[in-house]
This record gives sequence, C-alpha cells and structure tokens, in this order.
Amino acid sequence: MKPAAFDYYRPTTRREAIEKLIESGEDARIIAGGQSLMAVLNMRLSQPRVLIDISAIEELRYIERRDDYLAVGAATTQAELAEYASLTEEVPLVASVLPWIGHFQTRNRGTVCGSIAHADPSAELPLCLTTLGGEVVLETKRGKSRRVVGSDFFQGVLTTDRQPHELVTEVRFPLAKAEHRYRFQEVAMRHGDFAIVALAVDIGETEYRLGVGGVADRPVVTSISRDVDLEDALNALAWSLEAQDDIHASAAYRRHLVREMGRRLITEETAREETDDVRPSR
Amino acid sequence: MYVRVDERHRVALTLNGRERSGYAEPRTQLCDFLRHQLGATGTHVGCEHGVCGACTVMVDGRATRSCLMLAVQVEGRRVETVESLSDEDELSDLQRAFREHHALQCGFCTAGILMSCHEFLGRVLEPNEAQVRDMLSGHLCRCTGYTGIVQAVLDVARARQNNRQETP
Repeated sequence: MKPAAFDYYRPTTRREAIEKLIESGEDARIIAGGQSLMAVLNMRLSQPRVLIDISAIEELRYIERRDDYLAVGAATTQAELAEYASLTEEVPLVASVLPWIGHFQTRNRGTVCGSIAHADPSAELPLCLTTLGGEVVLETKRGKSRRVVGSDFFQGVLTTDRQPHELVTEVRFPLAKAEHRYRFQEVAMRHGDFAIVALAVDIGETEYRLGVGGVADRPVVTSISRDVDLEDALNALAWSLEAQDDIHASAAYRRHLVREMGRRLITEETAREETDDVRPSR
Repeated sequence: MYVRVDERHRVALTLNGRERSGYAEPRTQLCDFLRHQLGATGTHVGCEHGVCGACTVMVDGRATRSCLMLAVQVEGRRVETVESLSDEDELSDLQRAFREHHALQCGFCTAGILMSCHEFLGRVLEPNEAQVRDMLSGHLCRCTGYTGIVQAVLDVARARQNNRQETP
C-alpha cells in the first residue's frame, strides 16, 4: 500500500528537529533509516501529520568510544556500526548480533538507534542493549536530556519510555568487561526474519546475565548465579515469560527454545573456558 | 527542507549517471517515483514493505529497498537501477551469467536481485556459497529457486578473479 499523506521535514541540526517535535507532539513521527517505519507507514498502521527525517543531521552521525561505553548517534546506520573496526573488541555482543538484523540491504539504511526506538520485542539491538545494561539518551528543548537504562526504556510491544517531545539522540553500549564472554543465538523462519526466540548472554565470573527476545512483549534479562542448577533456572525463566501461541510458533516451542538454546549457549561457552584456561580458576 | 502535504516537490538526482528530476509528494515512495516520474520501469514493486527485495536499487552505491525510501530523500543523491548494468544492447557479465544458469524464469524478482549482487560482488571479491546465500536471503524468488542464482554469482566472481589475475 501507499502511505497516508504527511508533511515532510528534513532538518540539518538536532535543535531544529527537537523544536519541530515539541511543536507537533504526537502528530509527528521521527524517521531515520525508515526500515521499520516505512513498512508501518506503507501499511497505514501509523498516519502521522508530519514526518521528521533526522538522517541528514550530521552531528548525530558518530560512533565514539568514551570511558566505559561506546556511544552511537541517532543517524548512524547498522552497516556503519558493523564497519567500525574495533567493534569486536569493544562490544563483541553487538558485533555478533549485527549480521542477524534484517538483511544487508536493510542494514545499509536502518539505524542502530531507530531499531531501539522502534522497540520490536523480537529485535536484536533492544535485546543487546538490555542484556548489557546499556542506556538510551533522550533530548528535549534547550539541550535538556536524560538517560534511561534499556530495561526501563522498553515498556511493551513498540512502546517505550520516550515522551512525545523527546528525541532519541544516542545509545550507549557498555564496553566488554575483561574475563566476560558474550554470546548470541536466535531461531527464525529464515535468516533475517523476525526472531521466534533470540538469546544474548553475558557470562561473568559469578553469574550469567541472560537476555531473551521474541517471547515476552519486551526483552527480558535475568541473572542466573553460577551456583544454582542451570536447567532449573532456565525452566523457571521459560515459564516466567508467559509465552503466547502465534502463527510462527506455539508457546510450548518457545519455552523449549529458551531452555535448550540457553543451556547450549552457556554450557558450550563454560566448557570452552575450561579448555582455554583463559580465566583464573575460581 | 520542508515539503507540505499537498506540495509536489521537485526532486533532482543523478540516475544511472545522468542528471534527472521529477516531482514527488512527501509520501511518494522512491520506487513509484522512479517508475512513474522518471520512466525507469526496470525496478519492480512487489510487497511494498521491505520483505521481497524486488524493488532493490543502489543509493549512493549501497543496495537499498526503494519501497522503504521516499522520493524526497534521494534529492541530490546518486541512484542506480537495473538499467545501469548494461551498455545499450550488451548485457553485463552478471546478466549473461543469469541467463546461462537459468537464474530467472518470470524475472519479476531479478531486477532487485541483480542490484544486490552488483553491490555484493564489488565488495566481496572471492565469495563462498554461504556468503552468496546469505546475501540472497533478502530476496524472494518464487519460480526458479535459488540454485541457478547462486551458481551465476559464483561464476561471475570466479571469472572476474581470473581476469584480474591475467591483467598485470
């Protein structure tokens, strides 16, 4: 289908974008890469009065390593982040996740912040941000900004803590911790489709932080101590997500994937720890 | 840049190496603009929500779904469509390989697939089959299946590699 009619505004500074956003409120939608929003507009699931295109705002196009996190500006595409040379060392979880986001043709335009602002419950980047404890930076007028951690930002299907007058200007992924290992896996109908279940794990010295996408209405992260029985913990986690049946998979299959993929991701990695002997023995 | 809802904005771009312009409303998709305003009907429109890949074109050298982009967004940019691949009556090596390997039947998906392959082969000089299949995962072909397409792409990559080695 074709989108319903709207005004189109393409500012070149964040200030102009935010001013228009404040003026238009809920009548406006922000478009960056448009790889989710354009489909939504084409199907007329959303009919904004004005579309604010932030893709030409050069001051929002950056990838910067600061202190203990990697900052990604709102105009930066997924392809640009994938081409960032030290991503594998700095945020290995994101490096391993990027090839799973859509297809290279959509990553060429789709943005990192846009995927997070869109908040699809099966999307990979929201899962990464939540699992790593990363933050979203929201800006409003006169340079006023606030930071929200991923677990508070995502509030439901396509629903976030962003207020109508706020612009997502940046996301911050914590840098990899020494001694930690990061793994990702997902099951989908075909590569690049929406995940039926996606798992991301941060394997630390005393606990596993396991993030689950595609099951609940938002990414859910659970800490599992290394001292408890892993299979029991995964089973409890699988039931706690209140999985639903849909045309892609049954609730029971989703629970099965959480248990089975979770067990494999963690035990394969911990088995490697023992053989690699990279970590000091506990 | 501000374009009002009912305004027809003049969009100037470089299409297949030539300066072109046409008129578009804010909501006009790039694929419709290319076909209806500029007459570049080689680009096909399939699902209109980014799933099938039939409408893939190159924007500033990168394969892009033209149904997920607005015409007003390509102002001042460089766009290549399937028409850019061949010179006059001469098919490109990629197009010839598609014919030789029976990589198309109805041809509806082909224009988009060729544009993805074009960017891919420029970037990955010695691809393996898994890489080619991953690249093609963004496209749907409902008649031939993908085997012929994969063979065509691998064939072109090998031939270009041989040519590079022969020319000093």
